[in-house]
Amino acid sequence: MDLYRVQDEVIEPAALHEVVLADSDGAVTTFAGTVRDNTKGRGTSFLVYDAYKEMAEKKLKEIGDELKDKWEINSVGILHRVGQLEIREISVLIAISSPHRKASLEACHYAIDRLKETVPVWKKEVWSDGGEAWIEGDISAPQKTEA
Amino acid sequence: MKIKVLFFASVRDLVGDAERVVSLEDGATVTDLIAGLAAAHKRFIEMAPSLMVSVNQEYMPRDTVLNEGDEVAFIPPVSGG
Repeated sequence: MDLYRVQDEVIEPAALHEVVLADSDGAVTTFAGTVRDNTKGRGTSFLVYDAYKEMAEKKLKEIGDELKDKWEINSVGILHRVGQLEIREISVLIAISSPHRKASLEACHYAIDRLKETVPVWKKEVWSDGGEAWIEGDISAPQKTEA
Repeated sequence: MKIKVLFFASVRDLVGDAERVVSLEDGATVTDLIAGLAAAHKRFIEMAPSLMVSVNQEYMPRDTVLNEGDEVAFIPPVSGG
């Protein structure tokens, strides 16, 4: 089955794998985005993610629907974490199941790129030198042209 | 009419609220709402060009006419993932 969720709780990859997997599948492709300890060499202490939860979950589902139009896949699961995240923790997890591997591999790559364009989630970096800032994505991204 | 307005990330820091109820004249557009907020927060007008606007959780253009009870959000360039 499909699952689209913005959550405070720690993301568990094995649980999402089970959610998307059906007996007829031959592959599950999983992508995890994790918290890196630096940005271009500047040390990161932790990240804080904020989201427009209801709209973000709706946009995640739209991505899933788009994937199903483009590829022969079975189920889509996308989880995004919010709140304070420590180094190594998972911020986003995508799991896509398909009867054959090529479809879910391609769909997964597309899904994370699309997520970064359209889903209303924001990352604040808190650096080890005491600075902090909300990171803003590319404003020319296709969220502007969305139908 | 009354509109529910939501602020996120850098815009929330600027405005100082996560959520606010704003009264507007009937027929007002997103642009009118922005003008009202800019009057109270000078830096909002500088930030406004880079913001996306959603109305009832869909990205919408600035000339969208608002209706009683609409939920409008100002959305800085997203940085999830």
